[in-house]
Amino acid sequence: MPKDGGIGASSKRREDVRFLTGRGRYTDDINLNNQTYAWFLRSEVAHGTINAIDTSAAEAMDGVVKVFTARDFEGVGGVPCGWQVTDRFGNPMKEPKHPVLAEGKVRHVGDPIAVVVAESEAQARDAAEAIAVDITELPAVMDMKAALADGATKVHDDLDDNLCYDWGFVEENREAVDAAIAEAAHVTTLELTNNRLVANPMEPRVAVGDFNPGTEDYTLYTTSQNPHVIRLLMGAFVLGIPEHKLRVIAPDVGGGFGSKIYHYAEEAFVTFASAQVRRPVKWTSTRSEAFISDAHGRDHVTKIELAMDADHNFTALRCDTYANMGAYLSTFAPSIPTWLHGTLLAGNYRTPLIYTNVKAVFTTTTPVDAYRGAGRPEATFQLERVIDKAARELGVDPAELRRKNFIKPEEFPYQTPVAVVYDTGNYHATLDKGLEMAGVDTFEARCAESAANGKLRGLGIAHFIEACGIAPSNLVGQLGARAGLYESATVRVNATGSISVMTGSHSHGQGHETAFPQVVAEMLGIDEGMVEVVHGDTANTPMGMGTYGSRSIAVGGSAMVRATEKIINKAKKIAAHLLEASEADIELADGQFSVAGTDKSVAWGDVTLAAYVPHNYPLEDIEPGLEETAFYDPSNFTYPSGAYICEVEVDPDTGKVEVLGFTAADDFGNVINPMIVEGQVHGGVAQGIGQALLENCAYDENGQLLSGSYMDYTMPRADDLPMFEVDHSCITPCTHNPLGVKGCGEAGAIGSPPAVVNAVIDALHRGGHTHVTHIDMPLTPSRVWAAINGQ
Amino acid sequence: MHNFEFVKPGTVAEAAAALTGEEAQALGGGQTLLPTMKQRLAAPETLVSLNGIAEMKGVCSNDAGEICVGGGTPHAVVSRETASSYPALSKLAGMIGDPAVRNRGTIGGSLANNDPAACYPAGVLGSGATIVTNTREIAADDYFQGMFTTALEEGEILTEVRFPVPEKADWQKFLQPASRFSLVGVFVAKFADGVRVAVTGASEDGVFRWSEAEAALSADFSAGAIAGLSVPADGMISDLHGTGAYRASLVKTLTSRAVSGA
Ligand SMILES: Cc1cc2nc3c(=O)[nH]c(=O)nc-3n(C[C@H](O)[C@H](O)[C@H](O)COP(=O)(O)OP(=O)(O)OC[C@H]3O[C@@H](n4cnc5c(N)ncnc54)[C@H](O)[C@@H]3O)c2cc1C
Repeated sequence: MPKDGGIGASSKRREDVRFLTGRGRYTDDINLNNQTYAWFLRSEVAHGTINAIDTSAAEAMDGVVKVFTARDFEGVGGVPCGWQVTDRFGNPMKEPKHPVLAEGKVRHVGDPIAVVVAESEAQARDAAEAIAVDITELPAVMDMKAALADGATKVHDDLDDNLCYDWGFVEENREAVDAAIAEAAHVTTLELTNNRLVANPMEPRVAVGDFNPGTEDYTLYTTSQNPHVIRLLMGAFVLGIPEHKLRVIAPDVGGGFGSKIYHYAEEAFVTFASAQVRRPVKWTSTRSEAFISDAHGRDHVTKIELAMDADHNFTALRCDTYANMGAYLSTFAPSIPTWLHGTLLAGNYRTPLIYTNVKAVFTTTTPVDAYRGAGRPEATFQLERVIDKAARELGVDPAELRRKNFIKPEEFPYQTPVAVVYDTGNYHATLDKGLEMAGVDTFEARCAESAANGKLRGLGIAHFIEACGIAPSNLVGQLGARAGLYESATVRVNATGSISVMTGSHSHGQGHETAFPQVVAEMLGIDEGMVEVVHGDTANTPMGMGTYGSRSIAVGGSAMVRATEKIINKAKKIAAHLLEASEADIELADGQFSVAGTDKSVAWGDVTLAAYVPHNYPLEDIEPGLEETAFYDPSNFTYPSGAYICEVEVDPDTGKVEVLGFTAADDFGNVINPMIVEGQVHGGVAQGIGQALLENCAYDENGQLLSGSYMDYTMPRADDLPMFEVDHSCITPCTHNPLGVKGCGEAGAIGSPPAVVNAVIDALHRGGHTHVTHIDMPLTPSRVWAAINGQ
Repeated sequence: MHNFEFVKPGTVAEAAAALTGEEAQALGGGQTLLPTMKQRLAAPETLVSLNGIAEMKGVCSNDAGEICVGGGTPHAVVSRETASSYPALSKLAGMIGDPAVRNRGTIGGSLANNDPAACYPAGVLGSGATIVTNTREIAADDYFQGMFTTALEEGEILTEVRFPVPEKADWQKFLQPASRFSLVGVFVAKFADGVRVAVTGASEDGVFRWSEAEAALSADFSAGAIAGLSVPADGMISDLHGTGAYRASLVKTLTSRAVSGA
């Protein structure tokens, strides 16, 4: 029987009622009295020296309040980077200044040069068009390898070259890995790219700055996944505003996929400008602006080598990656190709020796940062592709090759050679489950059906692991994070027993408002409708790190559990007093406190009322009120894993790939709300299929974005996707958080791209096109056709 | 979008007069023009809406047996009204864009714009249709003059398109994945006196007739008849979504599918 409430129930997402009926309140819905509007004049060239900016015509135009350029930001900090990577020689990464408005040079199409603040958006835009900018164009720096060549044009003149860092991991293994590869019975090599993507949340970014001249307090309303992080970064590093004078509010957030983690120049601008013009300043990104100013994702160029012994045991793995940083370092950019990528290269396997080298490169493109999965999709993609290629070269079943090298269920906790320790997992179980669900035993018959229609059918397998629930502060501190990664919760029980849970995590569509109450309600045995989540406002939530890295239930949920435990402890004391019993004898079940072994009990609501109307109350022992806060810092990451199986049909005449079936058998540990989990997997798989077949953020050699609108950037649409078969019944609970949860937000986007590509390669091989060993994503009809035809 | 004046005349004559004004531009369904104006790539001073002109709307047939589509008729109406009289045309109109685009966008707007990836130009050229304007009649073969270029004069209004009905026809559209315009689209029509094959999306010169295929198919209307032909990649559009060679290959694949489908 499915539960109808609490942990494990598919409670309907309560927030969807307002989202789906147009009653959500997003940042763009916020309009303040006397508000002005900002329009950013952005660079149209990828690289150039700014000789002069003439704002005089713009300043004279109707409605213009003030025109800002870099000159107005003298003495203001640059947009900071939140993670410092140390290179393999022990030196810190190169960290060029990222000014709020371009200083002296523009470094990518979209780099903001000037901003007009005016009475209306149209007036601001008109005036921006009247700004004369004299730019001497410089050569664009586009290709990462060419950017590292001697004499290459430099993106940042004050640096020696375009290298941000040259990172090696595990550096001590370098020679041993080389030796193992040299000695191996078989080495499979694959060169590939992980295509650059644009996050494209449905809601574009918006920021409203509101300086209060009376109190000299600042409020920033912004589209953010982590308002506390924005307050910290912008207050401390850019504008020098202490926390108590700065409030950051992110109301409903319409998707982010990572792109709303970072602190952006536009946020600092509106906050700063609001104090300058002493009126609220609002900026709403257009969709075109989003394409060139939201941080992009992925963009790795990689060579991977997998060494095996004669029995096909993996003996070593070497990976060389060039990671595009774009023109400036976005908030978490340096950590993505390093710690979120290198530590995952063991995958689900017992490979004893692993070395990865990552060169992070500055180019004249929009900054690149985390995008759903962040580093882990890149690791999974190359690993699951090279294993597939190896199986083909060796003539063995790809599932069998994986099984042979999987970490065995009895080997957990498992120390990988790349620092992390997997607490639990059962990869054999998820793979078996996935293969069964995908109906692989009848696949050949389906193949024949396709062949009869002139089509090629293929089956692709991928098995992923991710590290999420990000994660132990002491560990990430050692790895260079300039922030802690705990999470917080305050459980405020109101007098009549209803509960407000203030959390530092923040939903941008995940369904926290539904899932979090399920946890608290389950623990107290009350109706989940009595619990409401408060988030997104630094003024009324404890300092927390926000939502990304599939961390909200694993870390934020755990904080909530700890706070609720404190509530229960205190409530039991109150109940013991009311029941004139010993605290040790008080039991809580179904919202009733009772004395063990008796029929004496007191209801939840009577206890909470006593806490706030303490007429009959143990005032000598405990304070009135019932409100507790907990900060939870996990001892490890969590390690979800799963088998993803894709079935495709390729039209060999046109190269068009149709995804006919997609199966995901995941181990997410315990599941709080199965329906929400399924939704997260569906969304992630849709994005993964999008990356594999459709989405391509492409620039030309001059640094102009070729896919700068939906006319050229292909978002996955419903008719591009099959019905998904999703399962999460293979459960190995996380051992180190109180809920035993692992997180599910990114899995779909991590596991699916290699499954899709493996399926297409399989189809082509079955069709006799055995010369095709790899096609770079996205596998557009044109690319697949070219591969078939050897072009 | 910049400010503009808006007029909505009730007759073609009034519209033609309004269009003689300084920086005046005709507005059909707005599905191309309005996005361009929003991006500030076009800034007409006066928009002359053709949507209030009853004589430019709807589908009928004339004594010559031609299907006459008013220049202001939206794609959805064309698709519905020609479903039995000209199924291939109905299919073409029914595959343009999405429902919103089909219910607003008009045949006149599409043909006046002559986007190299638009669908109607292939249907019109493949059918050997006649373009009727407020001043003259233009044969399809003379109308299309390269990407975004047509025989229309400044201010000339496309009031009607007359389609002769072929014995057999089909439309094959291969979607550009993002925009879902035609990456390549082929319209094949078999008339008593020969076969016409019109291709959109492929050529740098816009819609064109594949005359070799027409000759082969006029002799033998079967997919096999073009098996030995090939389309040169030279002059084909090469972009993010497909190389010239790929488009050339699609022209042949889609032509043979259209022949089989007709
Ligand atoms: C999302 C989307 C998807 C689309 N997909 C497709 C597709 O798959 N295939 C396809 O072919 N098209 C597609 N289109 C384009 C669509 O068909 C447009 O409707 C069409 O191109 C223009 O028609 P309109 O009536 O909207 O013209 P408008 O946008 O109003 O005008 C376009 C141009 O034609 C002129 N004009 C309009 N009517 C006349 C007239 N009667 N006489 C003279 N000049 C006139 C205008 O002055 C303007 O220059 C798509 C559009 C969108 C927005």
